[in-house]
Amino acid sequence: MVPLSYYLILSAILFGLGTAGFLFKRNIVTIFMSVELMLNAVNLTFVALSYHFRQLDGQIFVFFVMVVAAAEAAVGLAIIIAVFRNRGSLNVDQMDLMKF
Amino acid sequence: MYPLFFFVFATAAVGFAINLLVQRHPIHSALSLIGVMASLASLYLMLGAEFIAAVQVIVYAGAIMVLFVFVIMLLNAGEEERTDRSRLAKYLGMPLFLVFLVTLATILSRQFSPNSMVQFGDFPGHTADIGRRLFQNFLLPFEVVSILILIAIVGAVVLARKETY
Amino acid sequence: MSLPILIFTLAKIVVILLVLLTVVAYAVWFERKLVARIQSRWGPTRVGPHGLLQPLADAIKLLTKEDITPSGVFGLVYLLAPALSLITALLAFSVIPFGPVTEVGGVDLFQIADLDIGLLFILSISSMGVYGIVLAGWSSNSKYSLLGGLRSSAQMISYELAAGLSLVGVLLLSGSLNLREIVNAQTGVWGIIPRWNVFPQFIGFFCFLTAAIAETNRLPFDLPEAETELVAGYHTEYSSMKFAMFFMAEYTNMLTVSCLATLLFFGGWHGPTFGPAVLQAILPLFWFSLKVLCFLFLYVWIRGTLPRFRYDQLMAFGWKVLVPVALGNLVLTSFIVALWSA
Repeated sequence: MVPLSYYLILSAILFGLGTAGFLFKRNIVTIFMSVELMLNAVNLTFVALSYHFRQLDGQIFVFFVMVVAAAEAAVGLAIIIAVFRNRGSLNVDQMDLMKF
Repeated sequence: MYPLFFFVFATAAVGFAINLLVQRHPIHSALSLIGVMASLASLYLMLGAEFIAAVQVIVYAGAIMVLFVFVIMLLNAGEEERTDRSRLAKYLGMPLFLVFLVTLATILSRQFSPNSMVQFGDFPGHTADIGRRLFQNFLLPFEVVSILILIAIVGAVVLARKETY
Repeated sequence: MSLPILIFTLAKIVVILLVLLTVVAYAVWFERKLVARIQSRWGPTRVGPHGLLQPLADAIKLLTKEDITPSGVFGLVYLLAPALSLITALLAFSVIPFGPVTEVGGVDLFQIADLDIGLLFILSISSMGVYGIVLAGWSSNSKYSLLGGLRSSAQMISYELAAGLSLVGVLLLSGSLNLREIVNAQTGVWGIIPRWNVFPQFIGFFCFLTAAIAETNRLPFDLPEAETELVAGYHTEYSSMKFAMFFMAEYTNMLTVSCLATLLFFGGWHGPTFGPAVLQAILPLFWFSLKVLCFLFLYVWIRGTLPRFRYDQLMAFGWKVLVPVALGNLVLTSFIVALWSA
């Protein structure tokens, strides 16, 4: 048996690492992956609290988060491809113009 | 038995997440993220969320991450360049992160007193129950989300298409 | 879990694994022999009667070959990719039931683990299988491998969707994700035809079969390894046992798909049983193996008959034909099921 707070602390650690990746990384794909890591950390909280309250609503919310993450990944990666086609680079420091 | 499994998967998840930050090639970062997702799927199983664990692997690790890997391979942009802009973040970031974590850990362990323990088979989230709840109580969000997916598909096709006209 | 049961379970896993690997080896022999006959050749004949010892000779050959690692590969990933692809292929077998519940000493003989989400487990494991191929293609540092890996990832995502959608019809009819319950829902007969899901779900069955052939990278959808254009695709740079692992993974996947098609659409181990008790215990296993063998035959038959698709044809077929048809089948099935239960 493990206290529920362990799960929540793990989730917080993962979320923190995701935030750190979002801030530190320079490759736009990796930044995007850090966002996915943050979403995953939040999902863990949802499932853990769903267990805590003995209710399935948390799990259903995770389902919706996953669906939205899939949609987001499709559009986000399409944008990345479009940007790469215009700039020839994935470095976010070089994407500082609204129009090129 | 339960703490052992928990610590194995929790350590794996954190280790992979750190690896995601440390690695410089995006493919290695993507592989680490897949590792995080697989560990999380195991943790979901330990929390009794069978369906979520399976969907985590199918959708996240099996579809979204394949898309990431595909794009990384397609663009083949190589390793990322390091930029050291903020010295403040470099020296203050890690200690602040640790302080934040310790604070959060103490608050959480106080909030959820030891009487809320997690163990196997205590709360089995059967797939049928999730389905029933999803299509009775959450039907409208479900439909809205399906439209969102449709918009995303169209958007992705429009964005990634080569402009030939 | 008591110690004897633990030991017995481990023994069961080892036995099933050994049988599985033997069947995989002989599936290769079966394919070579059958393709040869389709093309008016003899196939392997030299090693043993009818070339029956050929798999053994091949295994010895592959084990003793030099293991070449090309320069410029991405070390760890290059090593991991074949293992990943074989492990995921073998893992899928942990939930496949081969026969009715036959408990000896508290252990079910014909299935390793009876999961409530058995079908989802197989889908998730097979969706992880693509990484073996993609990473092999990427880490080999060769343009042919990279092209094979890229093709494979796009193909897998597209056809996984169609495969998943075509299975939902079966789930609607049987109301369970547990493979054993899905098979048990197909017990009995309608008049003279058996209550197999393939009759009400024949559209779903054909969608599943097509998508599954594409997912296992078999002809006519073997674009990731198309030897006439990509040398050998994702495993161009692999040799010796690493190559053999990809090879085994491919045939294990074929076997998984055949088992899955049998369980979901063809009533699993159900068939006429008669005679004494021993025969009655063995016959379900026989029916199951026979149906799986039919699917293996179909695989080889298709390989021997159809030419390879072009890549754009493959993608267009997946997205513009297979997915809409599977969706239509889903809508139709749910409509009929709803009317039926109302």
